[in-house]
Amino acid sequence: MSNPTNSRAESIARVLPALDYSKIAIYLLVMTFAAFFIAPIWTGLVTAFKTTGAVTATTPFLPPGPDGFTLQKWTTAIEYLSTGMTNSLLMSFPATIASVTLGSTAAYGLTLVDWHKRTQFAVLVLFMFGIFIPYQAVLVPLSDFWINMVGIDGLVGPVLGDLPFFTERHSRLVAVTFTHVVYGIPICMLLFRGYYVALSDELIEAAKIDGASITSIYRRIVLPLSKPMFGVVFIYQFTMIWNEFLFSLTLIGSSASPAATVTLVLSGLGSDLSGVDFGLRMAGAFVAALPTLIIYILFAEQFAKGLASDN
Amino acid sequence: MASSEDTVTGSRSIAAGETQGDWRDRARRFAKSDFVRSFPFWFIPFSIMGLGVYGGIGWNTLISLTDYEGFQPPDFTDLDFDMYVQALQDPAVILVTKNTFVLMVAFTTITMILGLFLAIVLDRGIRYREKVQTIYLLPMALSFVVTAQFWLWMYNINNGLVNAVIGLFGLGPYNWIGNPDLVLGAVVFALIWQFSGYAMVVFLAGLQSLPDDQFEAAKIDGASTFKTYWRVIVPQLKSSSVSAAVILMIFALKAFTFLYSMFGQYRVPRATDILATKMVREAFQLQNWAFASAIATILLVMSLAVIAPYLYYQYKQGSL
Repeated sequence: MSNPTNSRAESIARVLPALDYSKIAIYLLVMTFAAFFIAPIWTGLVTAFKTTGAVTATTPFLPPGPDGFTLQKWTTAIEYLSTGMTNSLLMSFPATIASVTLGSTAAYGLTLVDWHKRTQFAVLVLFMFGIFIPYQAVLVPLSDFWINMVGIDGLVGPVLGDLPFFTERHSRLVAVTFTHVVYGIPICMLLFRGYYVALSDELIEAAKIDGASITSIYRRIVLPLSKPMFGVVFIYQFTMIWNEFLFSLTLIGSSASPAATVTLVLSGLGSDLSGVDFGLRMAGAFVAALPTLIIYILFAEQFAKGLASDN
Repeated sequence: MASSEDTVTGSRSIAAGETQGDWRDRARRFAKSDFVRSFPFWFIPFSIMGLGVYGGIGWNTLISLTDYEGFQPPDFTDLDFDMYVQALQDPAVILVTKNTFVLMVAFTTITMILGLFLAIVLDRGIRYREKVQTIYLLPMALSFVVTAQFWLWMYNINNGLVNAVIGLFGLGPYNWIGNPDLVLGAVVFALIWQFSGYAMVVFLAGLQSLPDDQFEAAKIDGASTFKTYWRVIVPQLKSSSVSAAVILMIFALKAFTFLYSMFGQYRVPRATDILATKMVREAFQLQNWAFASAIATILLVMSLAVIAPYLYYQYKQGSL
């Protein structure tokens, strides 16, 4: 009669070789790193639901208990950030559309039309440098240009002041919007270029033989074919512009301005002389990140594609 | 656009060919050439971008040669290199340059190693790879303003998760933000968290472009998995490595937003002060426009020292 513990050990031994240890190790690694990447975001999320007392009294990554739970931080954050959200939307959409469109036409003129290979290459290189240069190198001229030379405040301020929602100080938001178009063009151009180079020549050659013009080739063939790429570039560029901070800070200046973008407002949210209200700060961070988070969850693949091809 | 009236019949006349020497014909032909027709497509975006980037850089260089400060308009009649002399002799500038290098080298190296490691792990044919990749890349979709807030809370001395975790091993608590010896490391760690998913995506794309049979061949030869990667696979990822390294270094050079947002002010702790933060502070807090422009030029030269060889390399590889 066999001992029951013995037979159990046997059955375990029979199962064991079937398990691939290196696979288990890999999955453990994958899970550990997933936890590593999620931890700061998760900790922020649970903290945003805690009362000020619970923030300091409870373990940071555990959800609050029933007595420490509150939605008040969220309502306060939304209240503080709503104008900034609207400003960011008003800036991001036109800036993204303009830079994506201009990026697409530039890429078309430099890849699918052959007019002078060497000049085209030189122009391409100039665009490439435009992607990488640190914006610090243009910040002083930029504020000088918009504020002193164009006089954007006097130019569009009074017009905007008469409109609903806008104030005179939204003139600076207009400047930021245009600035994003200018500095967004190179990266959009590069993303489209990668796509256009890989595009099959046959259709375009056939259209050329049929005598179609440069413009109609773009409108009838290239534009419809690059629809998926427009999605990729739009998502990528929208995220970049929404998340951007340096231009907003230097051109709009203060997080108290009615024209402040959401990133600008968030940078000073919930901090006073007594310290930082972390519950409010975390809730604000999520509110500010909401559009990009939604886009990311819906279009993660396109975002990864945009990132992977920007080198 | 100007060329919208261009029609099918118009283009045909090019092919038909004209008598030489007739300038009107030539002018018409030129007007219908691919160069003129495609001109608006690339030249409008190019001139906007060129004005912003190269016009901006030129103007910035010019300002750096003046003594522009405060609210007086700059005096362009008296140009000299005073600001550069001043900057290169300023111990504060030397310190921030050193910090910039430390940040750049530590951040780039560790992010690349971690990114490569993660890419290899995900390339081992695991299930739900897309989902895992989405999680790893999530920090990259968030603004630095947002992630800086998360890490400020993570590093909190009393209630932060970092101290809670190392407390399990009997360490700490450390004042990550307040201690000048720790704060740069803390910032670098947070930036690695944000960027290693990106490095992973770049390496993963490189790994997937390699043919599978190499791995099989190495296995038949009896090489271990580690050896196969180290000897056979990794050397072939040179192009991905160069791309990732350049993007990361360029980012490290201009990393301003994360630092500003974490500390909530222009003046960041001395140990984390880099050229990028000093430049913005000198300009927009202290109104030392010319001095800030000079620092910006130094930063630009450093970036060009990274970008120019990279673009040349890409060109030599035929991938530009």
